[in-house]
Amino acid sequence: MPTLIKLAGGAFAQVEDDFVHVTDEDDAPNVDAVILSLARFQAEGEALLAAGRKVGVRLESDQAVEDLSYDLPRLSVVAVAFPKFRDGRAFTSATLLRERFGYRGEVRAVGDVFREQAGFMVRCGFDAFEPSDGSTADEWGKAAKRFRHVYQRAADGRAPAFEERA
Amino acid sequence: MYLYDALDKEFLADRSAEFRGQVARRLAGELSEDQFKPLRLMNGLYLQLHAYMLRVAIPYGSLNVVQARRLADIARRYDKGYGHFTTRQNIQFNWIKLADAPDILDQLAEVDLHAIQTSGNCIRNVTADPYAGATAEEVDDPRVWSEVIRQWSTLHPEFSFLPRKFKIAITAAPRDRTAARVHDIGLVARRDRDGTLGFEVIVGGGQGRTPYVGPTIKEHLPAGRLLSYLQAVLRVYNRYGRRDNIYKARIKILVAALGAEEFARQVEEEWGKIDAARADLPDTELARIRGAFATTPFETLPATSAIFEANKAADPAFARFVRNNVKPHKKSGYAIVEVSLKAIGHTPGDATADQLEVAADLAERYSLNDLRVTHAQNLVLPHVKLDDLPVVHAALQKAGLATANIDLASDIIACPGLDYCALANARAIPVAQHIAQKFADADHAEKVGELKIKISGCINACGHHHVAHIGVLGVDKKGEEFYQLSLGGSGAEDASIAQILGPALPADKVAEAVDTLVDKYLSVREGDERFLDTFRRVGMAPFKEAVYADAH
Ligand code: HEM
Ligand code: SF4
Repeated sequence: MPTLIKLAGGAFAQVEDDFVHVTDEDDAPNVDAVILSLARFQAEGEALLAAGRKVGVRLESDQAVEDLSYDLPRLSVVAVAFPKFRDGRAFTSATLLRERFGYRGEVRAVGDVFREQAGFMVRCGFDAFEPSDGSTADEWGKAAKRFRHVYQRAADGRAPAFEERA
Repeated sequence: MYLYDALDKEFLADRSAEFRGQVARRLAGELSEDQFKPLRLMNGLYLQLHAYMLRVAIPYGSLNVVQARRLADIARRYDKGYGHFTTRQNIQFNWIKLADAPDILDQLAEVDLHAIQTSGNCIRNVTADPYAGATAEEVDDPRVWSEVIRQWSTLHPEFSFLPRKFKIAITAAPRDRTAARVHDIGLVARRDRDGTLGFEVIVGGGQGRTPYVGPTIKEHLPAGRLLSYLQAVLRVYNRYGRRDNIYKARIKILVAALGAEEFARQVEEEWGKIDAARADLPDTELARIRGAFATTPFETLPATSAIFEANKAADPAFARFVRNNVKPHKKSGYAIVEVSLKAIGHTPGDATADQLEVAADLAERYSLNDLRVTHAQNLVLPHVKLDDLPVVHAALQKAGLATANIDLASDIIACPGLDYCALANARAIPVAQHIAQKFADADHAEKVGELKIKISGCINACGHHHVAHIGVLGVDKKGEEFYQLSLGGSGAEDASIAQILGPALPADKVAEAVDTLVDKYLSVREGDERFLDTFRRVGMAPFKEAVYADAH
């Protein structure tokens, strides 16, 4: 069971994960909250939601957030995957979820999730993390808050340098 | 000149502290080299053949005197007494110890320098016209826009893990001294008929194993919309650029695969969805940055100088220096002075700590505290009074910095090659030295005129051989170093990719072949044609025949 760290009210804390990651091969577990692949969601999501379950979707880095846009209001979690540390597509996916589609649910980083990218992730609108480097919530929070200033507007709403100066 | 405020300084301090922690973890064995590699690369630290190399960013090639002295200091304390200027206006130190790197970064940060984004798959240090703020050719000061991009691209949350590295160059002059057309993005500022400032946006140029002159995807982007448009280009690239093969991951491959028109359409579509009010820089911040560059304290001077004229008449060496290294300035009574780092027989682009200090002293006394780096690996004193030119020349002479060869055959661009680089097939520096020797006779070199020779030690093309008038590429033939020559390239406003001359030559035949090419050119040139113009007129055949005649 990977650690789940959540960001709420500016603080990072390790929390119990209510959701179960269900792969395409698994039988559907009998739990209240599941995270499914996009394909499985498209096949079974309707029924699960109708049964009152909480549903999240795992978005791979080559899948377009646009394909989810219609369903976003009904999703509790979008788990955006980092297949490799170097694959930065997830940063665009998260940014679009927040800024373009106004998604307010949980955006969770899964896959190759290292604390060196914590700051970038938070800025792009991720608010939940499953670190693969063994980071504790404390270490994750420190890494995420490393820089006192930022230079761009981003999904986290932090004031960039030019607003601090004004 | 833009000066870092408290906020910029705190940012650099945070960055330095972060890296110090990472190095400590590496030295304590908590991080393996594999885990450490992406982290050190984010701070410009490469592992080369013999030692670590640290690449320090010189944003848009602009240094103040304190910074130049600090670089000299670091060369002396932590390297073997010299540094190497690169084709992207940065400086590299080749002999760095890992344990020293955090201290070096701290010392750089004290003078507002850093190594952020000098490597890795991110938006690299932006390069600009080294004559910015000094040449009358420009329609605006490109440093303003470079600084805008520097800030916007620094630790950009969305674009720090792109498919591949991303290089942006900016010029605001019709004569392109930045190689804008062979960058991932080249920006050429222009004014409309009604005076509105805009950028021609060129995307998908590049060198490496698949060289391209980039197509223009937007003729006139309103200047105030620059950041939202860059965001759109980068976003399309980040989403759709290839990640399965690093040799096909640059944006040029995406642009070529989609076609420039389709790529432009996708960018337009994305751009249309971006909230401009959030993405574009507010006018107040733009005005603040512009203000920082608008304060150069020029004096009002007469257009001519008696001292200058007298020295030119009396001293042929000075007159030659003026002909080749001194360029017109926008202010009357001033000149732009190019300082060549291409002394015959030396390593192109290397400067010793002493030379850096001489350049800094001259910049302080005679060039309004301003020193520039060019993409051709030379330095520039951008604002020298005509009256001061003779003393500046004399001081440069004393320091071995007065070689009067800017844009001539011995002003060679060369990559580090097999002397330093782990990827090299062949040496580049000694080949450059041999070729330069052929043009040691300054009269001969001037008679030949503008001739851009560029040498890379392997197909990665760090030495720009694809855009050379005469390009030299090191190749490996069964363990032996061979060199392939190519002709007719240009990285300037008339950009083109050089064509291969013929079979590769052994090392000891290269300089001779260049000599033969030049003789051929001299025998067929018309009027004051440059080598490149002659090549474009007569084509490959006569040159090929001249070089390979013996082989028949
Ligand atoms: C010695 C360590 C170096 C290594 C290992 C290295 C490695 C590389 C590699 C692998 C590429 C190809 C990238 C691609 O096409 O995607 C490249 C391109 C390039 N490098 Fe280097 N390089 C080194 C030093 C330098 C130096 C000293 C300079 C400047 C003199 C330089 C300037 C460039 C430039 C301008 C390109 C242009 C290719 C482009 O942007 O399309 N590099 N380098
Ligand atoms: S061109 Fe090749 S040999 Fe030269 S620096 Fe680049 S990677 Fe090294």
